[in-house]
Amino acid sequence: MLHNLLPLFVAVPLAAAFLNALIGKRIKGFPDWLSGIATFFLAGLSIYSVVLFKATGPIMYKVGGWMPPIGITMVMDGLALLMLVTVNIIAFLVSIYSIDYMERYTQKWNFYCLFLLMVAGMNGVIISGDMFNLYVFLEIAAISSYALVAFGTEHEELEASFKYAVMGTLASSFILLGIVFLYSITSTLNMADMSRELAGKSSSNIVLLISVLFLTGFGLKSALVPFHAWLPDAHPSAPAPISAMLSGVLIKSLGVYAIIRIFFSVLGSSPQVLSILMGIGTVSIVVGGCLALGQWDFKRLLAYSSISQIGYVVLGIGLGTPLGILGGVFHLLNHSAFKSLLFLNSGAVEYSTGTRDLKKMGGLKERMPVTANTSLVASMSISGIPPFNGFWSKLIIIVACIQAGHFMYAFWAVLASILTLAYFMKVQRYGFFGELKKGLAHVKEVPFFMKLSMTILAIICFLGGLLLIPGISGDLLGVARDAVLTGQDYAGIVFGAIK
Amino acid sequence: MSVYFLCLVLFSIGLYCILRKRNLIKIIIGIMITEYAVNLFFILTGYRMHGRAPIHSEDQAILNMVDPLPQALVLTAIVIGLAVTALIAAIAIRVYEKYGTFDITKIKRLKG
Repeated sequence: MLHNLLPLFVAVPLAAAFLNALIGKRIKGFPDWLSGIATFFLAGLSIYSVVLFKATGPIMYKVGGWMPPIGITMVMDGLALLMLVTVNIIAFLVSIYSIDYMERYTQKWNFYCLFLLMVAGMNGVIISGDMFNLYVFLEIAAISSYALVAFGTEHEELEASFKYAVMGTLASSFILLGIVFLYSITSTLNMADMSRELAGKSSSNIVLLISVLFLTGFGLKSALVPFHAWLPDAHPSAPAPISAMLSGVLIKSLGVYAIIRIFFSVLGSSPQVLSILMGIGTVSIVVGGCLALGQWDFKRLLAYSSISQIGYVVLGIGLGTPLGILGGVFHLLNHSAFKSLLFLNSGAVEYSTGTRDLKKMGGLKERMPVTANTSLVASMSISGIPPFNGFWSKLIIIVACIQAGHFMYAFWAVLASILTLAYFMKVQRYGFFGELKKGLAHVKEVPFFMKLSMTILAIICFLGGLLLIPGISGDLLGVARDAVLTGQDYAGIVFGAIK
Repeated sequence: MSVYFLCLVLFSIGLYCILRKRNLIKIIIGIMITEYAVNLFFILTGYRMHGRAPIHSEDQAILNMVDPLPQALVLTAIVIGLAVTALIAAIAIRVYEKYGTFDITKIKRLKG
């Protein structure tokens, strides 16, 4: 049943993007509705698949009816399920936010066309069971994101987009080179088949070379610290809903998800790779946090904070213990909720006041209560204050560090958590609390759809911790953790799902 | 063996071009060289000297075949490369309209 629904995750946004490009220009309001309905359908489908997944287990779809390993497959295991839920819910909320926000720009249909292409690319990366298809979908998502960063076509946007495009293309070249080497030693492109081939061979130097190439490529895509230079330019320059998508889900589905899929499921996790991941994660946490502290541009601060929070996810995954991985995937889910919310808040502030500079804001709490309160919820979540969702995932990661005996990593994670609290106190203090600045007396609250989307995300942040309750936790987080932990047995699961 | 080495040289030239050149157009050319080097390498992994196309026929014993899969994949990769190049070139032209220069050291509004 569900395996016939799997291609819809790619087909629906692709078709909607095509329709938008074709007739979106002619009919006023059509792009809004089409994009809203398409992403709502995807969000519903992803939640429905959680229910179905509980009954059926991992699902595989054979494209064109060809049997794997010859044919192309689409696979949904626990990790892919978690990512699909994350991507599609955020995409829906961002889409309804854009209805009002994108009125500031011209050519709305082009925006929605690129946005839906990006969603199609991300969904494709997540459900693809084929190495080369992963690359193709990754490029679809990446190319549309380069164009979306340049959407404003002002000085900053174009500069950021050029940098982002150069770095992104270089990353793609490294990824393709890795795929070439992987193909040349396994003679197959099916990920499950690759992992079966590699498990049979003793590890050699070429696997090490492949690991380095993929780590460079996907490290660039997910902006881990030595490769992070493009992110603080690209993410703030995009329109706010796209910043929310880029920081919230794109760097995770193209970067972190692909790293987990390749290093755990295909290559098999070796202790060296795990320690590299932990090291990079910790450096990202600390460097991102320190750089965020000095920023006065609201969106730039959030972009640096993304680097820091992605570090937590990678640290948790790199621990390799069940608890660490649980914390990692849970933080991934939570980060997409609160970071998207914060970027949408910054967009709301820019929409009403026309500035992103924290020094020029102040006292917005009186004039924009919904934005101020939702941003307070998001700030508390990201700084790890109970009972919000960020607290639970950070707690799990830190406990997992201590349990695994990595006290230094735990120390840096706690320290950076305090740093996070510091820079979000700065945002709240300068942006929303205090005296209302003189020029801001006329400021109005944002329109309905923007408020609706921010409120729903704030509710998700507030209730996110409930996902840990025994009985519920197994359905989404537990299956994702198990999918990561199975490692190279991924092959057995995929071939076992052939029907 | 020397073919692979030349491929590596081509890749390095592309990387050098991206990292060291200041002109936006030269950077785009560097990206293209890197992509072509990867594509060339992909073809080489499936290529056999004096090999023939893997088409089955009744009276011929198939001894030395070229792997066709990398060629099909490279075709896709070239198309993707074309899209990327077109997009980056378009962005570079818009950058030139705004800043009046192709020199990347003079295009620096974003910092911090």
